[in-house]
Amino acid sequence: MKNASNLFVVAEVVDGHPVGLCHEMLGLARALADRSGGTVHAGVLGSGLGGAGEDLIAHGADTVRVIDAPIFAQYQADAWLPDLHAMIGQVRPDAVMIGHTPLGADLAPRLAFRLGTNVATGCNHVRVEGGKLLLTRPCYGGKAEEVVSMLSSPALFTVKPKCFQPCPKQDNRGGELVRMDSILDPASVRTKVREVRRDASDGARLESARIVVAGGGGMKGVRGFELAGRLADALGGAVGASRVACDLGWCPPSRQVGLSGKTVAPELYIAIGISGAAQHVAGCANAKTIVAINTDPDAPIFRYSKYGIVGDCHQLMPALIDKIEALRK
Amino acid sequence: MKIVVCVKAIPDPEIAASIFRVDEAAKRMVPLPGTRSVMSPFDEQALELALRIRDALGEGSITLLTLGAETTRSIVKHGLSLGADDALMLVDPVFDDGDSYTTARALAAAIQRMGGVDLILTGRQAADGDCGVVGCGIAELLGLPAVTFAMDIVVTDGMLVIERALGEGSEIIEAPMPAVVTVSHEVGKVRYASLRETMKAARKPVTAWSAEQLGLDASELGTRGARRVLERLYVPVNDVQCEYMVGETPEELAGNLVERLHAARLI
Ligand SMILES: Cc1cc2nc3c(=O)[nH]c(=O)nc-3n(C[C@H](O)[C@H](O)[C@H](O)COP(=O)(O)OP(=O)(O)OC[C@H]3O[C@@H](n4cnc5c(N)ncnc54)[C@H](O)[C@@H]3O)c2cc1C
Ligand SMILES: Nc1ncnc2c1ncn2[C@@H]1O[C@H](COP(=O)(O)O)[C@@H](O)[C@H]1O
Repeated sequence: MKNASNLFVVAEVVDGHPVGLCHEMLGLARALADRSGGTVHAGVLGSGLGGAGEDLIAHGADTVRVIDAPIFAQYQADAWLPDLHAMIGQVRPDAVMIGHTPLGADLAPRLAFRLGTNVATGCNHVRVEGGKLLLTRPCYGGKAEEVVSMLSSPALFTVKPKCFQPCPKQDNRGGELVRMDSILDPASVRTKVREVRRDASDGARLESARIVVAGGGGMKGVRGFELAGRLADALGGAVGASRVACDLGWCPPSRQVGLSGKTVAPELYIAIGISGAAQHVAGCANAKTIVAINTDPDAPIFRYSKYGIVGDCHQLMPALIDKIEALRK
Repeated sequence: MKIVVCVKAIPDPEIAASIFRVDEAAKRMVPLPGTRSVMSPFDEQALELALRIRDALGEGSITLLTLGAETTRSIVKHGLSLGADDALMLVDPVFDDGDSYTTARALAAAIQRMGGVDLILTGRQAADGDCGVVGCGIAELLGLPAVTFAMDIVVTDGMLVIERALGEGSEIIEAPMPAVVTVSHEVGKVRYASLRETMKAARKPVTAWSAEQLGLDASELGTRGARRVLERLYVPVNDVQCEYMVGETPEELAGNLVERLHAARLI
């Protein structure tokens, strides 16, 4: 892999719309391609895709390959791989990027090995230097970062959410939309999705919230989270949690922020009773401002925080709710 | 039913960031004096799922498979004392400094040589590199289906019924055997080593294979076979200065914080 002029973005679609991370990837791809006069390709598989292809063009893709077929209603690697593999064979990109989501983290390694290459997962920074594509990714639970490059082509990587700026949407942007037929042999799909269980607690809002109130072990139980919920309501924000709090059942797993949970980047992240382990901070480090409330003045979370209160959150949360409600009046 | 659980020895992932060091020139983490390698936590959860499957079926064998230096013996012992039946260690200097590709290749070759494997379990990611690649890689190399982020597995009528954790809930997936399944922490609490299994562990068979015994050429392994080049490893700087609120009472502290946040137009 010597350069990165031709890029291929694998787009993920939910309810017919490309997810926000697609736009972030297109922003990155555009920046890389514009420096070298290259092309940004995108590929999307799904069922009932509507204007997804046009949306990708408006956000920076030059060509979009679309396959709209009922078999792609539910993601499965076995179903996605043959057509993606074929698209990549047509485009011959220097690099392929996929979102680091449950779908992308499942798909990317399979695709990489099918192409005989490796993949750098969860990249938060990408640049070309001396003709080399340098991929930066956190490792050791977020305590370190590594920069890697690939010897084999195409270079595959997955992109961590909230790390790259999307291009502004341009409705009149020109681009080529190629609608294709699937080459998939349905008999080659060995797995079957029997049922999808949606979490009732609307965790999706967590990722787009401007303010997140997150609770950890210091919450001491469900009661603590009730207060955190009231505080989040007063602020018009969403509730997040550490893994300890989710593992103990105080909060649904869809609220978990961190390395093995969600990545959030709100304007304001209020970490309450959270120690600030690297694996937690990995999911909120891109917040504009972090505030910590903790009884332990030496808790690592204060090292990432702009404002801190050393104190008992069970006394502080009601006081905060009062002050914020007073402010609103 | 024959289950293989891939387990990796890693430095304790829960050590505090404040004492974590890397040697930038050598591009390696500096091990803390007096600390031992541990089994990567998701691998421990994979082993837990294997044990639950064996408990539910009332039959089956569980083999630990690990690639690494001789120091990985302690995690093998740990896995055997949790209830695994035997272990296969891939130990050879030619494995050194490989990448996910070469690791998957060696593990896949070992699984093929073993023969008769119905289910291969790995962690969702090893908690040192946090890659999450090797499990799916093994599946592709062996031409097997793969299901990632399992929180539960039930074996019925020779089929796997897997609950897969998603960001917003979960999905139930059916897969034929043999298959690869990667395991996530939603599995929940893992068991402790029992006295009975610990007593038995010392007598359980532990085999070691070299690259040659795997039938793999040194050029496909380690540094020579790696597709990924590690250019740099470093600890990112973090230069946030924390302003601690002052106040005698919770009300005063809260009031000061709200004032700050309001002034900064954050609320
Ligand atoms: C591979 C791996 C992946 C992981 N992934 C994640 C992840 O995605 N997300 C995640 O969060 N963690 C993750 N972890 C776990 C992580 O390492 C920590 O164990 C976890 O984040 C700790 O959660 P906590 O800070 O809420 O709990 P604790 O460590 O129990 O800390 C509780 C904190 O609350 C404070 N406190 C106690 N009482 C009060 C009070 N009354 N008022 C105010 N403060 C109080 C304490 O001083 C302490 O700082 C992962 C770990 C591993 C090994
Ligand atoms: N050296 C190794 N020995 C045994 N299993 C491994 C090794 N490296 C990775 N694995 C398995 O593959 C999973 C994913 O690893 P990785 O792709 O490195 O994040 C781990 O959780 C292990 O189950």
